[in-house]
Amino acid sequence: MVDWLIEPFSFGFMRTGMAAAALVGVTCAVIGTYVVLRRMAFIGDALAHTVLPGLVVAYMGGWSLFGGALASGLLTAIGIGWVSRRGAVREDTAIGVIFTAMFALGILLMSRLRSFRDLSHVLFGNVLGVRPTDLIQIGIIAAGVLLVLWLLHKELELTSYDPNYAQVIGLKADRLRFLLLILLAFTVVTCIQIVGVILTSALLVTPAAAAGLLTNRLPRMMLLASIFSVCSAAVGLYASYYANVASGAAIVLACTACFGVAWCIHALRTRWVTMSS
Amino acid sequence: MFHIPYSGRHHVERLPGAPALQLEGLVARYPGSEVVALQGVQLILPAGVRAALVGPNGSGKSTLLKVVAGLLRPQAGSIRIYGQPVGACHHRVAYLPQRGEVDWRFPVTVERMVLAGRYVHLGWLRQPKRADREQVHMVLEQLGLAALAQRQISQLSGGQQQRALLARALVQEAELLLLDEPLSAVDAASRAIIAGVLDQLSSQGKTALVATHHLDRLAEEYDHVFALEDGLLRDLPAAQMSLELV
Repeated sequence: MVDWLIEPFSFGFMRTGMAAAALVGVTCAVIGTYVVLRRMAFIGDALAHTVLPGLVVAYMGGWSLFGGALASGLLTAIGIGWVSRRGAVREDTAIGVIFTAMFALGILLMSRLRSFRDLSHVLFGNVLGVRPTDLIQIGIIAAGVLLVLWLLHKELELTSYDPNYAQVIGLKADRLRFLLLILLAFTVVTCIQIVGVILTSALLVTPAAAAGLLTNRLPRMMLLASIFSVCSAAVGLYASYYANVASGAAIVLACTACFGVAWCIHALRTRWVTMSS
Repeated sequence: MFHIPYSGRHHVERLPGAPALQLEGLVARYPGSEVVALQGVQLILPAGVRAALVGPNGSGKSTLLKVVAGLLRPQAGSIRIYGQPVGACHHRVAYLPQRGEVDWRFPVTVERMVLAGRYVHLGWLRQPKRADREQVHMVLEQLGLAALAQRQISQLSGGQQQRALLARALVQEAELLLLDEPLSAVDAASRAIIAGVLDQLSSQGKTALVATHHLDRLAEEYDHVFALEDGLLRDLPAAQMSLELV
């Protein structure tokens, strides 16, 4: 059994992949808690999809894919923040318009490539293809995002549940939301290497949603979501190694299984409380 | 110890002898609407009074409080809080929103929510210390919430939620409290506690402006009663108020 567990990690690419998936998983879980609680799941999904044109342009120009994705993600975050701040259209409408337009632009640009396969790892992720230099990049971004979230925890928490009070004491709730979008853009870009554009929102939403079913304390929710993410990453990598399945999809399905278990526990607990009262 | 205030403004002293709140020719629209809610409102509220703001639904009571709290920009007129403009010193004004404006399902405890009253004093990057927590526990005790400190905020009754919001304002050590319908869906025990706290604040020289549609006991619980009607404010003696509005 121990050999079975250890064997995959005798390969360097598996160790690098696991480290990358764990770093991204924890970052997604912590920021994802805010995404779920502030009902920003749609924005997370949109940001993940809108990096596609940036990736394709960078690929076509021979530039850094990471840089292209980041530029595209940041532009989208700024665009969503700007449009919703002006209030001319509802935020979800603005996201719907920008998200679909950017994704369509990405597909259009991809159709000019020789083969869709050139960028298939962008769509579906390739955690086993993460290089040590990518890992350093992911580590720096994860540390930066987590540090900002930790430093601004009390302000982000307050603006999440009582933005009016926050504004009265001098906090700009809309600027904090904007900052959260920027952090989300950074997180999404690292996440794409693990599970790809299409499944990124699952890492942002599913572990946090599962944790939310089991606790009503924010720090515990972040911790539980992180545990779910890291465990899902490990399960996904084992599945990929032993069953030869796509690692990104396996990680997401493991997250979904965590959510299923959490939902069952929540339902049983609710029934127990109802019966005993 | 370093202090980075949220608004970029440090403590500003109140002007000596200035009233707690002075409104002159205040014109404001309802939030998200072009309809004018306040049409040239005039008001002078001396320090240390408990004032009720009454009027039918949609008369602009909440709009008036939000304008004074700095949540809405007025179209015209001036607002002075202890002689200073809105936002000159954020810790001086506490705003208690209507309960519907808070996301009560958010995973935060009563203690943590009340602790947020200290944030304006801490500013960016500083974390609450033991003294802040002790102050929170003292206020929770005063408002009968000590036993509920570790509960998630959605697990409180309507009256307990109002008391938690009031506790946060007390912890903030504000001098002007703006309370928007603090008595809605509140049981008799909570109402008595809230009235007791307002009385105590008044004796400490602090000022409360309370939007309410509870017209009974206005004379006992408030020093001034203002009626908002058609965007204008009328000052009425509290004793006559219940008779006029019945």
